[in-house]
Amino acid sequence: MNYHWNWGIFLEPSPEGNGTYGQMLLSGLWMTLQVSVLAWTLALCAGSCVGVVRSLPSAWARRLSDVWIEPLRNIPLLVQLFLWYFVLPELIPETWGDWLKQLPNAPFYNAVVGVGLFMSARVAVQVATGLAALPRGQMAAGLALGLTPGQTYRYVLLPMAFRVVLPPLTSELINTIKNTSVALTIGLAELTARARAVQEFSFQVFEAFAAATLGYLAINLLATLAMRLIERQARLPGYGKA
Amino acid sequence: MRKALLLPILGLFIGLTTQTHTADAPGGTLQKIKETKLITLGVRDSSAPFSYLDAQQKHTGYAIEVCLRIVAAVKKELNLPDIKVEMTSVTSATRIPLMANGTIDLECGSTTNNAERQKQVTFTNTHFLTASVFVAKKSANLKRIDDLKGKTVVSTAGSTNIVQLEKANAERKLGITVIPAKDHAEGLLMVETGRAAAFVMDDVIIAGLVAGAKDPGMFALGSEPFSRPEPYGIMLRKDDPAFKAIADRVTAEVFKKDGEALYKKWFLSPIPPKNINMNLALTPAMKKALANPSSNPDPASYAD
Amino acid sequence: MFSNFDFGEIWRALPFLFLDGMRFTLTLTFLATAGGILLGTVLALLRLSGGRAVSAIVAGYVNLMRSLPLLLVIFWFYFLVPYVGQWVMGAPRPIKVGGFTSALLTFTLFEAAYFSEIIRGGIQSIPNGQAAAAAALGLTHAQTMRYVILPQVFRTMLPVLLTQTIVLFQDTSLVYVLSLDDFLGVASKIAQRDGRLVELYLFAALVYFAISFCASQAARRLQSRVAIVR
Repeated sequence: MNYHWNWGIFLEPSPEGNGTYGQMLLSGLWMTLQVSVLAWTLALCAGSCVGVVRSLPSAWARRLSDVWIEPLRNIPLLVQLFLWYFVLPELIPETWGDWLKQLPNAPFYNAVVGVGLFMSARVAVQVATGLAALPRGQMAAGLALGLTPGQTYRYVLLPMAFRVVLPPLTSELINTIKNTSVALTIGLAELTARARAVQEFSFQVFEAFAAATLGYLAINLLATLAMRLIERQARLPGYGKA
Repeated sequence: MRKALLLPILGLFIGLTTQTHTADAPGGTLQKIKETKLITLGVRDSSAPFSYLDAQQKHTGYAIEVCLRIVAAVKKELNLPDIKVEMTSVTSATRIPLMANGTIDLECGSTTNNAERQKQVTFTNTHFLTASVFVAKKSANLKRIDDLKGKTVVSTAGSTNIVQLEKANAERKLGITVIPAKDHAEGLLMVETGRAAAFVMDDVIIAGLVAGAKDPGMFALGSEPFSRPEPYGIMLRKDDPAFKAIADRVTAEVFKKDGEALYKKWFLSPIPPKNINMNLALTPAMKKALANPSSNPDPASYAD
Repeated sequence: MFSNFDFGEIWRALPFLFLDGMRFTLTLTFLATAGGILLGTVLALLRLSGGRAVSAIVAGYVNLMRSLPLLLVIFWFYFLVPYVGQWVMGAPRPIKVGGFTSALLTFTLFEAAYFSEIIRGGIQSIPNGQAAAAAALGLTHAQTMRYVILPQVFRTMLPVLLTQTIVLFQDTSLVYVLSLDDFLGVASKIAQRDGRLVELYLFAALVYFAISFCASQAARRLQSRVAIVR
């Protein structure tokens, strides 16, 4: 094969002048982790709220949740990122747009918001499914105990619903991590982007991609283990598969 | 389960890495063209006037015209007049791996010929000389490289320019946030829309983009270049002397005979899609490069 | 805020957007779906009924694909496949693959991992008694799969398969990074050539939304129709 392998490339200094190619990749890994954690937090918060709205008995509430969920689910993430990054600042009043564009690390915030909102639609559907899976009596029992509907959701329904949908949420977390890579198109220096940069500077395509592949496998493994730990901790005696 | 996961990649890697180097003669580009009756040109979407999209979304430009001359010579050499020509869009970041893996046979664009890249690929005779500079909004009043301190600056991913920007950033401790753009047009748009303070690119590419912008008057070039004028070459696969010989012979002929006419056509006349004239006078160094075709990567060898 | 909005820009771009871009996107979507479901079914069957080593390898492949970002896989394939082709075919030089073929191969192999999980889930949801009954009737394992299990799997899983196809349709936009001429690729090339990002990206979003939304509504309707009453 006509390719010059050089696995030592990771120890060679990068032209960026502040470390080796290996450190470049590590900085990308770190960026992927940061964006993933923040985007996932946003997705969980927004997704839970929308999921609760979706579970309400009113048809209007369901329609309202659709207005949130459908655009986020039916437009490709890449296009959504472009909308946030290139289009939004041009559509809002100029002073706000300029402020948005001149934010230091604009790609970072854009990636967090873009990926976070994209995933929130998926989380919302999962949470709504979880809530729908609970026996109706739980709501009634909560109300009968004198809890307000808000309290019933907060203390009874949501804690149960989250336990039900923990496994699908694990795969949505993994999806969040993978989706952060799309933000390389708006200039985010995450793991895939850094692997690309290593390729561009050093021409060692496959070494760089192999390292990025291992990086993603490691993060996913970490995320899966963390979620499993949470699953184990959160398990209620006598409920679900013991 | 996780262990099994690594097996397929590992197998692939061992398979690929233990392959011995193949001799080049039977694998040469000429032989490939002869067998497949197809030659693939790597072209650019926004490297006007070298290689770019016209109003019909077709690729055109100075470098493509030179490439087509090489193709014509290849047809004659192989005595195969019906060789098909295919054009594949590449970016600064994809062109070198795509050349190495055989997706493209000739790269017709605005690729800087330097010693670093010569380790991976090779180049035919220089078709342009250009220095790396930055462009910013006139209103921002940025002149020197030091003026970019602490700002967000964009450059094209995979270009020599982004490397020069990173190096200057590290050496002068400027604290610039470097954002890679996918292609040149996106780079200038980032400046136009205020996403980045400056765009670092070859001066000729900037001139082409600015000429086609909505308001060319809003931009100003920095006065301090990142590099001296460097040669552009059409890129070829390395270690393919037979193919390089044809490309060198054709380009030498073309540049000596029609070089100035071609220059006039693309740099001193209105060009599609907007019929804008770039009006870049022929410099003495460029004149010399056309008269004495050379594929030397050393910028010093082109000084006038 | 739409004072600078140039609708004529979209109008002029329409032929390129649809005749070039959308055709590429839809062809890629359909071929990759067909290939993905075919390969996915084979993977699912191998995983469920192959030997231990085979099912471990299949599981490894499926899990590997599912843990990597599609974008990284797209890059891997675009750069690596010609070498793999050379290696497999013993050719003297890397095999020229080209953008569309490379994308098709990537999406087929990548999505097959997801389709195989859907089909595996479908097979596992069929009560064991059916396979036992088929065996009792003298059907071989292959016949059981072919005539009893898989028809039901495809029927019950049709909405899910369609949903995954919609995901695939949206994912094809990622070939933008390779500068291929898919719908988004064409839109972005025109947008960048003319400095009209707002118009073209909004229009692209609208078109993707309209197609995906209609398709997902259809999937939902299908769901209530194809449900097998047990």
